[in-house]
Amino acid sequence: MRLKLVPDVTSFDFFGRWKLWLGISALMVVVGFASFAVQGLNFGIDFRGGTTIRTQSTQAIDVGAYRDAIAPLGLGDVTITEIFDPTFGPDENVAMIRIQAQDDAEAVSAETIAAVEAALLAATPDIEFVSVESVGPKVSGELIQTAVLAVSLAILSVLVYIWLRFEWQFALGAVAALIHDVVLTIGVFSELQIRFDLAIIAALLTIVGYSLNDTVVVFDRVRENLRKYKQMELKDLLNLSINETLSRTLMTSITTLLALIALYVLGGDVIRGFVFAMIWGIVVGTYSSIFVASTILLWLGVKRDWTKNTNNTGNQFGDIDA
Amino acid sequence: MLQIDTWKRVLIILVCAAGLLLALPNAFYTRVEQSNDARAAMEVQGATAELTQTAGQWPSWMPSSLVNLGLDLRGGAHLLAEVRVGDVYEARMEAMWPEIRNALRGERDTVGTIRKQPSPSDEIRIKISKPEGMTRALEVVRGLGRPIQTLTGAGSNDIEVRGAGDEIVVTLSEAEKLATDDRTVRQALEIVRRRIDEVGTREPTIQRQGADRILIQVPGIGSASELKAIIGTTAQLTFNPVVSRGTDAEARAEIGQKVIPALDQQGVYYTVEAAPVVTGEELVDAQPAFDQNGRPAVNFRFNTSGARKFGDYTRDNIGAPFAIVLDNEVISAPVIQSHIPGGSGIITGNFTVEESTNLAVLLRAGALPAGLDFLEERTIGPELGQDSIDAGKVATVVAFVAVLGFMWASYGLFGIFANIALMINVGLLFGLLSLIGGTLTLPGIAGIVLTVGMAVDANVLIFERIREELKTAKGPARAIELGYEKALSAILDANITTFMTAVILFAMGSGPVRGFAITLGLGILTSVFTAIFVTRLLVVMWFERRRPKTIEV
Repeated sequence: MRLKLVPDVTSFDFFGRWKLWLGISALMVVVGFASFAVQGLNFGIDFRGGTTIRTQSTQAIDVGAYRDAIAPLGLGDVTITEIFDPTFGPDENVAMIRIQAQDDAEAVSAETIAAVEAALLAATPDIEFVSVESVGPKVSGELIQTAVLAVSLAILSVLVYIWLRFEWQFALGAVAALIHDVVLTIGVFSELQIRFDLAIIAALLTIVGYSLNDTVVVFDRVRENLRKYKQMELKDLLNLSINETLSRTLMTSITTLLALIALYVLGGDVIRGFVFAMIWGIVVGTYSSIFVASTILLWLGVKRDWTKNTNNTGNQFGDIDA
Repeated sequence: MLQIDTWKRVLIILVCAAGLLLALPNAFYTRVEQSNDARAAMEVQGATAELTQTAGQWPSWMPSSLVNLGLDLRGGAHLLAEVRVGDVYEARMEAMWPEIRNALRGERDTVGTIRKQPSPSDEIRIKISKPEGMTRALEVVRGLGRPIQTLTGAGSNDIEVRGAGDEIVVTLSEAEKLATDDRTVRQALEIVRRRIDEVGTREPTIQRQGADRILIQVPGIGSASELKAIIGTTAQLTFNPVVSRGTDAEARAEIGQKVIPALDQQGVYYTVEAAPVVTGEELVDAQPAFDQNGRPAVNFRFNTSGARKFGDYTRDNIGAPFAIVLDNEVISAPVIQSHIPGGSGIITGNFTVEESTNLAVLLRAGALPAGLDFLEERTIGPELGQDSIDAGKVATVVAFVAVLGFMWASYGLFGIFANIALMINVGLLFGLLSLIGGTLTLPGIAGIVLTVGMAVDANVLIFERIREELKTAKGPARAIELGYEKALSAILDANITTFMTAVILFAMGSGPVRGFAITLGLGILTSVFTAIFVTRLLVVMWFERRRPKTIEV
């Protein structure tokens, strides 16, 4: 009668091949890095500077005609992509035109944009410019710095928090899992060349938050079991903890994924990249909290004697009464 | 046993009710918005029957704050401008020169003759003919400096004076530069605000960002270039005596004179006295008008001191031309026909009606103290925003239904408790957003959807724990109690860490990203509240009524 994703009691062995899992993860991280190093990210104008113009027209989009219209202006690298989306009506033909940052201008000048718009209007009379965004090279450089800083700061603060609430081995495990997730997400973006803009940084930080959420729940159970079963082998204890929380891990991942998939399909193309990053991050984050964070914990070992200061250590808030 | 004090129950219910009441106006967005606008209009221009009727669309005793819609949802223009703070240094240095000249002239015996040397715009170089008098010269020039107040309280001066060979170099001191920059940016901010208010668009955001930047967001405006036309012009208006008129841009100008081009006559240049007779700062009013030939023009009026200067000058210089100069271009150079005593006049030029209207706005609002560079500009069309809202709504509803169904299928009755809590949760989230005047952006909608997905996490943790406890504990009441108790530390740890990332995102991000951080952060607060208080209350109330011997979670 009840929908049960996992049986009441499970005893999967998550660490039978822990070296293999850790190896796969390490390999994926290397691949992610390599892809990033070789291909680089398809940075949006937030990070690279330049202009994007989103056009809409009832006529079918002829990328070649657009290109021919803009080419005489000599604006350097111009990318034109047609956008398809199930939420568009039959007469909505949307294209995205990206113009590289022009050398001298702070932001692209109004004349340049006006010239492009005029050229396109001549080619397609009913074209509309639904959004025009332009970022100068000065700001885009700063945005990169801020983004890197934000992600590093998030990871660092997590490291400190977990260290305070648990032990350093837990903190290292959690952070390794976070870095794993962030690198894999960046890797996917560079491999598939999906546009990487400011919103994706927000998605990265959300992934950091979510993956952590998952990891902390497992660790919390590990801590509890460490007090309960003082003689149990660490490997068995970790296995037990993960099995006990497995049902919750899957439940939460599925409800979150359900919500995100709805947004991915129905939320329109503007935020699709952003939602894709989060969906990917949640899948990777769920995997990493079990196979990376816990495995590293097993590898590092952990202090077993939690009796001395169990006076609510790490559970200071445990007696908050509702 | 399961117990919650009565006062706590009342408090929980009151918090939920208050949150939902605050969220309610958002369900009738357009109606409340029109009503709010009408009320605001009534305060300014008094009540009319029509306005009263519009205002009556939403009862005045109900909360009426709405969630602000970000630019990406409402459409509008966004500009990030950098104030060229260095512009002001030049003016300061120019103003300094006569003062220095006069002071040094008094010391001619010791320092000899003085001559101004060409130099970068933010310093003055003065050559003295008797280098041996340098010490005295420096002393004199330093004496012109004014002490400035700094946080450190050290006695710093507004200028820095040093000798280099036979030259005296005067620059603004670092402390004075900082103070000047700050003043410049604040003035620029104020002028930008005034100009945008003059145009009268709704809810513009005009904020200082960092040391020398201004962020301007105006919903509902057609494009960023339209906005730039209003705020991009410095609009420094001066009235200068004309020395000569010619066609040579490189014409030689005496010291204290400058050559500037005409605005609408190609290749015409005027040599004018650099020191203006009177400036736009002394204007009290400017209105678009038409001249006697029916061409668009701008009427202006000076304040008392401006009127006196203008009157005196026109009386003494009948028959001579003078130039009306806007941002270093001569708009027109009429010949003074008669004494103009009243302090009002008219600027004519080849204006269109739109240009004369804009110029009047600019003159009324005042000149920017320095130029602006636009680092970032975005225009989002209102249709795109509306499409995003529609798509966001559909996605949120579908996500909601999917999660509700899934929870019900997994946990039965307890799932329904969690579902009620989830609905309250989203209500509270909107209530909080309205209360703090938060801005909803497209990523913010994503944040809400994410909250819908993740909010059940706390309940899932609790329910899974109750299931576990049911296997070992003594009876359902004890299992529920232990479930809540033991899940709490995991819930808090998990949510605090996510909350930390939301805070970092809020601090670092801007615009849409910040909108995401707000909904994510508030969503965490409300979901923890609903999980550990609201569902618990629901479960306890159900339990008290039914007293089941066994429960199934």
